[in-house]
Amino acid sequence: MSHESTYDPQSGVEKWLDKRLPLVRLMYDSFVDFPSPKNLNYWWTFGGILAICLVVQILTGIILAMHYTPHVDYAFDSVEHIMRDVNYGWLLRYVHANGASMFFLAVYIHMFRGLYYGSYKEPREMLWILGVVIFLLMMATAFMGYVLPWGQMSYWGATVITNLFSAIPVVGESIRTLLWGGFSVDNATLNRFFSLHYLLPFAIAGVVVLHIWALHIPGNNNPTGVEVKNVKKDTVPFHPYYTVKDGFAIAVFLVLFSIFVFFAPNSLGHPDNYIEANPLATPAHIVPEWYFLPFYAILRAITFDIGPIPAKLGGVIAMFSSILVLFVLPWLDTSKVRSMRYRPIAKLWFAIFAVVACALGYLGGQPAEGVYVTLAQICTAYYFGYFLIILPLLGIMETPKPLPASIADAVLPPKSDASGGAIPAAQPAE
Amino acid sequence: MFTRKTIVTALASLGVIGVAATAFAAGGTVKEYKHPHFHFEGVFGTYDKDALQRGYQVYRTVCASCHSMEQVSFRNLGQKGGPFYLDSCPAGVPASVNCSNPNENPIVKAIAAEYQIQDGPDDFGDMFMRPGLPSDRFPSPYANDQMGRMANGGALPPDLSLMTKARHHGPAYIYSLLTGYEDPPASVEVAPGQHYNPYYAGDMSQLLKPEYLDDEGHVVDGVNVPYGGVLAMAAPLVDGIIDYADEDTPETVEQYAKDVTEFLVWAAEPKLEARKKLGVMTVGYLLILCGLLYWSYREVWSNVDH
Repeated sequence: MSHESTYDPQSGVEKWLDKRLPLVRLMYDSFVDFPSPKNLNYWWTFGGILAICLVVQILTGIILAMHYTPHVDYAFDSVEHIMRDVNYGWLLRYVHANGASMFFLAVYIHMFRGLYYGSYKEPREMLWILGVVIFLLMMATAFMGYVLPWGQMSYWGATVITNLFSAIPVVGESIRTLLWGGFSVDNATLNRFFSLHYLLPFAIAGVVVLHIWALHIPGNNNPTGVEVKNVKKDTVPFHPYYTVKDGFAIAVFLVLFSIFVFFAPNSLGHPDNYIEANPLATPAHIVPEWYFLPFYAILRAITFDIGPIPAKLGGVIAMFSSILVLFVLPWLDTSKVRSMRYRPIAKLWFAIFAVVACALGYLGGQPAEGVYVTLAQICTAYYFGYFLIILPLLGIMETPKPLPASIADAVLPPKSDASGGAIPAAQPAE
Repeated sequence: MFTRKTIVTALASLGVIGVAATAFAAGGTVKEYKHPHFHFEGVFGTYDKDALQRGYQVYRTVCASCHSMEQVSFRNLGQKGGPFYLDSCPAGVPASVNCSNPNENPIVKAIAAEYQIQDGPDDFGDMFMRPGLPSDRFPSPYANDQMGRMANGGALPPDLSLMTKARHHGPAYIYSLLTGYEDPPASVEVAPGQHYNPYYAGDMSQLLKPEYLDDEGHVVDGVNVPYGGVLAMAAPLVDGIIDYADEDTPETVEQYAKDVTEFLVWAAEPKLEARKKLGVMTVGYLLILCGLLYWSYREVWSNVDH
């Protein structure tokens, strides 16, 4: 949260710099002395984990770009050149490819944490909205990155997704032509995707800075959802308390990351991407990467025309809406209570939502036929119902449990003269 | 390279729903793959060098007559983890030669020299043939894809460089396919030049004899559609077709298939040994780091009520 700066420049250089550009002061106030609620649990470590993911992707990506050739005749071979002839090229590529999956795994956990603890609510709406912007940029970056190896899934995935834009009335065809740089997915497409795949991560980094800025104005939410009342009693400085805790969580996350990179590097990819792109041979199943499957399921769930809207356009609208709805979530959720710890009914609906999201992921990987379509339609209905009906109504109808008076109250053992039994529902974070 | 724009545009205009619908139309199931134990499996798995050498012999004798392996160079055979890597030179090689360098490895040089590679143009502007060098790639058996198709009844034999990574459960699939050829079931009609294999992805309902189909071409109730599919490649391996130098290794289809599968896994993933070795060290290091950080975390937080 915004707080009085406690930075005291010691050396002459620091004093000189502090008068002219207080960069060290900014860093000190943001990442050393920043008061953080003392009850943050491990779900709060994913912000730090995501920062590491972004840095890993950018560093490995920059080096991969030195050896990669964005041309339809050479792209596939240049990736194999990286795998076989570049020193530790196999490591760079496997880290980068699996890093994308790890990035999405972490961002989904980060988002579900925000959903459960109400981190999107007043006064953190901007923080949440910037997060959704980052998520959208990540999706665009990951999609374009997956096209670069120019394998069968690269090519056909690009064909399917770029064709979605043609469903947009009036301007759709022109947008698709612009994306392709021609009249099919071809060399021009590969070139512009490479250019944008290199550009967007830096845009992400920029929005991440805004995201952290927007975090540091109201300060962290916390598992109780109760605002900090007394900085001294309720918070600890970010360093060393959360640097060490985040550090531990990052190390554990890197173990999982390493297991994929070193022992199952292709388990999250699709074998067809080891076949060079061939516009004349359509793969039996065109499936996106696992992290897009829930949205792919929503896209394919709309198999019927809705009034004047044809099914194809309906699917595209549903897919984009499933993310756009997150932008207005802060105003859809009418409950004044942030944390679902104190919302016994909302907690149940949230649990169903989490199951539905995973089910959509499963269904996105299945053929779009028979019972799978019906299930995807039910799950899609719940997905939107959760945001548009359940959360607005629950805020009015649900009786929340009493909130703890403060963060300190929530984490300290209740005193014998416990007033009103406010605390027991709150699990101490540690 | 891609001049078939009309086809792509036509496909594209079908849009996502159309593409997805046709993509999912193919049916049929394959028999569950056989899965022998391979030496490279597991966290500490490495390649069995003898198996790689035998596998290379199978590849060279049988597969290479129809299949290319474009991503692999001769020098790769002599790199660490490869079938013909040498720590030190065999007797009789001059001391000035560094045999651990694949370009100087005498076995690799001899293998490369068995091939004729087109080079040029020379000073007169003519292309010419010369013996292969370790730096050359394995040449394709065909001058171009069209010739490959023409020689194989219209089906181009796929490149084998990445075959084991380009199929689900690659090694088990390749092994099962190579050992799985059998006579087609009585209920299907296999065209000449096609060969039945229960492990090959296909749709056997398309090949059922007319008496198993109703008037609309659907499979009659109670008729089992056989596993697998048909492919243009005939069973490539026969017992005893290749002479192994090692008398103790059986010369059977199963052994040939296992060896060539291991070789193809190496061809697709030549850095597997280095990867697993580095992986064990990395995970070990990270686990120690986790322990230290957890201890530091408990220490730092020990004075905070939380």
